[in-house]
Amino acid sequence: MTDTTDPIIQVKNLNKWYGDFHVLKNINLEVKRQEKIVICGPSGSGKSTLIRCINRLEEHQKGKIIVDGIELTNNLKNIETIRTEVGMVFQHFNLFPHLTILDNLTLGPIWVRKTPKKQAEETAMFYLEKVKIAEQANKFPGQLSGGQQQRVAIARSLCMKPKVMLFDEPTSALDPEMVKEVLDVMVQLSEEGMTMIVVSHEMGFAKTVAQRVMLMDDGMILEENNPIDFFENPQHERTQFFLSQILH
Amino acid sequence: MGIVAVDKEAIRKMKPPVVHRGAIGWLKDNLFNGVFNSILTLVFLAFLLRFVPPFIKWAFIDSVWFTTGDVCKECPGACWSVVLKNLRFVIFGFYPHDLHWRPFGAMLLLFTLLFFSYHKRFWSKKLGYAWIIGLVAMGILMKGGIFWLTPVDSMKWGGLPLTMILSVFGLAAAYPLGVILALGRDSHMPMIRYLSIGYIEMIRGVPLISLLFMSSIIFPLFLPEGVTINKILRAQVAIILFTAAYVAEVVRGGLQGMSRGQYEAADALGLNYYQTMRLVILPQALKIVIPPTLSVLISAFKDTSLVVIIALYDFLLTSKTVIQNPEWNGFSTEMYLFVALMYFLGCFSMSNFSRKLEQELDTDKRS
Ligand SMILES: Nc1ncnc2c1ncn2[C@@H]1O[C@H](COP(=O)(O)OP(=O)(O)OP(=O)(O)O)[C@@H](O)[C@H]1O
Ligand SMILES: [Mg+2]
Repeated sequence: MTDTTDPIIQVKNLNKWYGDFHVLKNINLEVKRQEKIVICGPSGSGKSTLIRCINRLEEHQKGKIIVDGIELTNNLKNIETIRTEVGMVFQHFNLFPHLTILDNLTLGPIWVRKTPKKQAEETAMFYLEKVKIAEQANKFPGQLSGGQQQRVAIARSLCMKPKVMLFDEPTSALDPEMVKEVLDVMVQLSEEGMTMIVVSHEMGFAKTVAQRVMLMDDGMILEENNPIDFFENPQHERTQFFLSQILH
Repeated sequence: MGIVAVDKEAIRKMKPPVVHRGAIGWLKDNLFNGVFNSILTLVFLAFLLRFVPPFIKWAFIDSVWFTTGDVCKECPGACWSVVLKNLRFVIFGFYPHDLHWRPFGAMLLLFTLLFFSYHKRFWSKKLGYAWIIGLVAMGILMKGGIFWLTPVDSMKWGGLPLTMILSVFGLAAAYPLGVILALGRDSHMPMIRYLSIGYIEMIRGVPLISLLFMSSIIFPLFLPEGVTINKILRAQVAIILFTAAYVAEVVRGGLQGMSRGQYEAADALGLNYYQTMRLVILPQALKIVIPPTLSVLISAFKDTSLVVIIALYDFLLTSKTVIQNPEWNGFSTEMYLFVALMYFLGCFSMSNFSRKLEQELDTDKRS
């Protein structure tokens, strides 16, 4: 099972509509264990929708999504299992404001994984050390800066010991000086071998960690390549146009 | 252009300006800052001077406290005797006179529990158990019939204990029921949703009085011969069902105030529906709606007085009964002032509780 060439996520001919609006069009995607993929593309192209389908925050209508050997269907049990294996980090952190940082981190392990409280707290402290905010453990999210909150959100996902991490524009709601502290944590995570799918326009990050970079536009994946060729020598005109837009 | 010189030493020595202007200054700043405000202040002062001294004279200086009704009739001031001389009846109604210690004990127990529940630092499992034991003990005290306690028919219950029972049980049961109805109304399961909507809209479409009439007159008609359900219980159920519908709508407002991100974060962690609601959504949503919820509960507390129309001798009706007695005829002002004061104390503590709870649960504040 730990064969790194074995795909952990398989998306086959995925289609999704919002009413009449075709958001995802025949998406095919395979992610190998420990692989890092960065998805970029213009606003409204369906990037968020795609990764949200992978942990069933959105339902797809056609095609198949298989995560770690389990196909996503309406089976609630399967959905819950997949959600424990797939961590997600949101653009707006979505920490639970009524719980302390420590309680935010232990909530999932205690209630979903049924970990004993003490052990869950030890794990939580371990990951808080890792994202370098252990001293904030007893504060509430509202008392932290955006960058700190996003690092807590990453730690919260990690506490569930996921096999895959999804990131939906994790730095785009942050002030510029906080972007680096979050990216540093993500780079570290990738070095430790986490499988990651990241929606992001941070080119520096993509170049450092990604094996593949993809461009999504109008619900389709139009180009995919290794980061060097993707950024230095884009093939598709949409990619060229998009890159010229974000570089100015 | 270039580096701007900063005199760090001078900045470090600066202190915030001292603002201290004394009483006159405060008056000028707050009560007489501008023509309109000054006029308002003067009008209000004139009003106070006109009404407060006569009231004090009536209520305290010329008043009598422990006399008979006849003495009162000669007296220019307030006749507080009407309250004090009849206090036991006003408070305990027709409960047998020599057994008054029992409802008294029950109320003492209730107030003690309420007092501890008022302070969040006492909240614990133990307090929960104390409530359960306390409620059972109160029931036994009121009703009797076990141990050596003589049974007292619940038709004899009245006065303050009855009001307290109807309110405390009414609110304590209506709140969770309201929360469940609110969740039902937002449910993805159509049956549950339509049932909740139907219930809420139906209850909100009728006045409490009609529910009370239904519970006391119409409902028994449907019961088989010989089966009777205690009248107090029926009124209690009507109050609970009524209040729950209003609580539900307030709570639904709170649920709608929750961002989608909170649900998604809970989903992404793999929490199921009940865990998401109990651990993530409700603690936040219920907190947002503490003030409107308390308004609903305060109205419900006052509305318990409507049970007089089905001839339950609650606190208001025992008071009214006293002033219908020829000896005390004509002293309704004093009596109703006393009743108003008691209701005010109840409502005011509830408002205070709401404000305190809000502060204690406030975690969004930066510290
Ligand atoms: N719940 C919804 N109902 C209807 N349309 C939706 C819904 N959610 C998203 N859309 C539409 O689907 C399209 C894709 O949205 P999505 O959020 O996936 O884009 P995105 O690529 O993540 O864009 P951005 O960079 O702005 O986050 C958009 O046009 C959006 O308006
Ligand atoms: Mg998006």
